Amino acid sequence: MSVSQTAFSAAILDATHPVPEGLIDAKAQPAGGRFSVYRNNVAVSLTEAMQQAFPVVTKLIGKQNMDGLAGIFLRQCPPSSPLMMFYGEEFPEFLGGMAKLSHLGYLPDVARLELALRHAYHAADSTAIDPQSLAIPPEDLMQARLTLAPAVQVLSSDWPIYSIWQYNTQPNAAKPEPQAQDILVTRPEFDPLPGLLSEGGVIWIDLIQNGTSIGEAFEITVTETPEFDLGSTLALLLQGGAITSVNIERPGT
Amino acid sequence: MLDDALRSNRLPAAPGVGYKPQHFSQILENAQPVAWLEIHAENYMGDGGRPLAQLRHLSKQFPISVHGVGLSIGGETPLDLDHLARLKHLVGWLNPASFSEHLAWSTHDSHFLNDLLPLPYTGATLTRVCEHIEQVQETVGRQMLLENPSSYLAFEESTWSEPDFLSEIVSRTGCGMLLDVNNVFVSATNLDFSPQEYIDAYPLDKVGEIHLGGHDEDKDDHGHPLLIDSHGREVANPVWKLLDYVLEKSGPKPVLVEWDTDIPDWPILQAEADRALAALERVPA
Repeated sequence: MSVSQTAFSAAILDATHPVPEGLIDAKAQPAGGRFSVYRNNVAVSLTEAMQQAFPVVTKLIGKQNMDGLAGIFLRQCPPSSPLMMFYGEEFPEFLGGMAKLSHLGYLPDVARLELALRHAYHAADSTAIDPQSLAIPPEDLMQARLTLAPAVQVLSSDWPIYSIWQYNTQPNAAKPEPQAQDILVTRPEFDPLPGLLSEGGVIWIDLIQNGTSIGEAFEITVTETPEFDLGSTLALLLQGGAITSVNIERPGT
Repeated sequence: MLDDALRSNRLPAAPGVGYKPQHFSQILENAQPVAWLEIHAENYMGDGGRPLAQLRHLSKQFPISVHGVGLSIGGETPLDLDHLARLKHLVGWLNPASFSEHLAWSTHDSHFLNDLLPLPYTGATLTRVCEHIEQVQETVGRQMLLENPSSYLAFEESTWSEPDFLSEIVSRTGCGMLLDVNNVFVSATNLDFSPQEYIDAYPLDKVGEIHLGGHDEDKDDHGHPLLIDSHGREVANPVWKLLDYVLEKSGPKPVLVEWDTDIPDWPILQAEADRALAALERVPA
């Protein structure tokens, strides 16, 4: 009796599947419970990968609940690549679909932030500009286009996502107050750093990443968000080493 | 068959350990007696950041062995070409002292199961595994070492013994072998064969690297001992004894201690490497 990998993998992921026939023990008897070694290896290794990947989600719901959720998730969404560093891309959406977790509406965004931090951690290296490069006449600055580091990620949330992250990872952080928050993730050296973006920052950074000049992006952003603060947004980017080049096109040159 | 021009493996016949990032600064301070390091290829396939920076740093001071755990050489489906390209890229820039993978499968229907799953030793498996190894060696541009698995069960359909199956792969593809002594002991206990006889039949002259690791003890449904290859503790005494048996026959080889779960403090890994060094020193060169 030959055992296909289709049958083998189906029985690994679903313990209600019978152990495939044709697998035997040392005495040529059916392998029975020995098959559980593979079931356990797969479930335990993927559950541990999920806990490592989403430490704040794990902290928020408790390790036991995370184990249970990971057990359901890994069967619905087994890894699609051997790169375990990016496992769990579908987890935010999965969390959003769990009726039992609907009272923790911020969980999917916390998971999105943890994914963004991981992507930033593994993103390509880059060299930040000297902040002095931006100390140029305002009319030149407004014409300038910026290149941002590959590690830069932006997240927009209806929840106080930054405060929740701080509260669960930093000692003495203030208790989160209900409000919408946007986050800029940078990677000054090797450790990803979430920063709180002021209102409109997400729109402006998105425009900058699409090659819009600083001034034009500013004009567009303030029509939607008059309170947008360009200075603090630039400062946050500089602080995170997130600007890798400044290109100034002077008219007529 | 492997082209003679492909580079072969050249780790020192000395102790090595599986590299864990938490040991980075201690390794740079005092690595003794660890002479080389092994990494899991998949952990160094990001675009940048700390993992690659650490690896670049370590590779200036230590011979590095790249050990793949996700290629699914024994898979019924074709090899993942994206993954193969990532492996080629890593081996290309790092130029490691050794490159190895497993006789196992882990990917099916585009699902990666994150475990080394077993294969029946049949003519069909042999053909498929050899095709995949040739594809890997041609793409990556160098010889690959193939590691023997740890087994918890067997396949009724198998028509080859494991050492004969491995020897046949070596002679068809020109790959080398990675002999995991703990895996031999685990499989021998679980499937009632003599580990010494297994070693006697193993293509020892093609072994470019030896692995050691800790295992857990369990029992199957009938109370038969069932050892689990967990890499979460010290190497067991009978495995050290089996290492002596191997080295006496093979002569000195690069010997790696693997410890992947419940990772200990660096001095504990150093002590394991000391034991490997002592075993190597007992063998006439």
